[in-house]
Amino acid sequence: MFSFCSDPDTLEGAAWWACYLTTRKHLLFYSSFGTVLLLLVITAPAALTLGFGGAVASRSRFLPLAWLGKIYTSMVRGIPDVLFFLFVPLALDQGLEWIRHHLLCPEWAEPIRQDGNFVVCREAKLPLSSAPEWMHEIYGFLLAVVAFALVFGAFAANVLAGAMRAVPHGQLETAAAYGMSRAQVFWRILVPQMWVYALPGLSNLWQILVKATPLLFLLGVEDIVYWARELGGTKTSVYDYPHGDWRLYYFLVLLVFYLVLTKFSEMGFDRLTRRFSRGQKTIGSSSPTPA
Amino acid sequence: MKRLILSLLSLPLLAGAALAQDDVVRMGTEGAYPPYNFINDNGEVDGFERHLGDELCERAELNCVWVTNEWDSIIPNLVSGNYDTIIAGMSITPAREEVIDFTEAYIPPAPSSYLAMAGMNPDLENGVIAAQAGTVQADFVADSGATLVEYATPEETVAAVRNGEVDAVLADKAFVEPVANESGGQMVLVEDVRIGGGIGMGLRSSNDELRGQFNEVIVEMKQDGSLNELLVQWFGDEADTW
Repeated sequence: MFSFCSDPDTLEGAAWWACYLTTRKHLLFYSSFGTVLLLLVITAPAALTLGFGGAVASRSRFLPLAWLGKIYTSMVRGIPDVLFFLFVPLALDQGLEWIRHHLLCPEWAEPIRQDGNFVVCREAKLPLSSAPEWMHEIYGFLLAVVAFALVFGAFAANVLAGAMRAVPHGQLETAAAYGMSRAQVFWRILVPQMWVYALPGLSNLWQILVKATPLLFLLGVEDIVYWARELGGTKTSVYDYPHGDWRLYYFLVLLVFYLVLTKFSEMGFDRLTRRFSRGQKTIGSSSPTPA
Repeated sequence: MKRLILSLLSLPLLAGAALAQDDVVRMGTEGAYPPYNFINDNGEVDGFERHLGDELCERAELNCVWVTNEWDSIIPNLVSGNYDTIIAGMSITPAREEVIDFTEAYIPPAPSSYLAMAGMNPDLENGVIAAQAGTVQADFVADSGATLVEYATPEETVAAVRNGEVDAVLADKAFVEPVANESGGQMVLVEDVRIGGGIGMGLRSSNDELRGQFNEVIVEMKQDGSLNELLVQWFGDEADTW
């Protein structure tokens, strides 16, 4: 990066560190922190949307829809999330390729499953093997996002369903007595009031989501754990900057990163709680409680 | 929902149609086994196999891109078509040949070595020996009577020796020799053994055309001496050559 970095063997002290910490590999490491934040930014609203849908579905009067909502929440609640993260991307990838295979290569005679391997025709591959590398990376990342959104959507559905039940029933009955329709009661009375009950659960969920992000590494996405392990490993003189086993220090950096992220999250949720508690008679509310 | 699925299916299709003309050969490697293949300080695949692979692709007029994959799933992902070749220091063995096909060897049969802490005198027959899972060395240790401890990456096998979890690690000499030389006398090579055949590129058995193309240029590089030059450049003057 700097002009004096052209011959790493001659470097010492601060110059060595300046060059070492700005190698392209390190820049990739730094930008992978962005990957993690991007995952959080995409997954959180997606999971919240899925969760809202799930909560509404499980309250539905239409029984099949209610069952669907309940199966969704209880299924994901009972299955270890690591299993889900391994299963969903694989199943989704193979499912899409299976559909494409049957659409695009109807004349293909060989079986798709051969000795435990999943083989589809070249045209059905996702992404196509001729696609540039960034498309492969985005595809892998998207599969991970779907898995995260599905799992955390189910958790969120649980939290939101509970929050909806926590809204005092009298509020809803009063609204109905005023002649509001079911939809009006739901959107005008129930939804605005449920957030404050949902918030503690949702903030927990956010924290779990933050802590689950290293699972990206498990899915083959080049995230911070991947680069920390790669950079920290012993480097012989075949590399420009030889060093011993530094994985400990790199993992320590990740540790600090997650601590800082937690601190900022807590601050954010404190503000949200104050915001949603306004004018409500709940714990955490700053408005005076009527006697 | 139906529209969503359709657009999901057709989007990459459209993108693919524009790109399908220039066929890309995806070269799959591990990126964790210097000097064969590793991720260099620019974050790119480097090493003997990177230089060999680029030269082979240029001679065969192929458009190659490099991808990395964990060692333990490197064969299944080749078969599934996630990449088209394995070029990752993989020894040609009968067991692997049942699943995939190999090109001509580009590295002649080379010694493997036991690496241990200096002054420890490990018992190679009955001791605890580390090896990377799914390697010819792991098979060798399992058959030798020693207790085999497998690790997913080469890095972890060496770390296990340093931590004292195992008495020694068995790996390709070209990988463990620099580790011993640069350990400041802490680690030493104990013994060499000859395992397995040469190292070749792995391809799907349905991909005979590509295998033919690579075979042609590998033979060409053996004959004009450029392969030997590359071997000496990466593995030193004592490297086995053709």
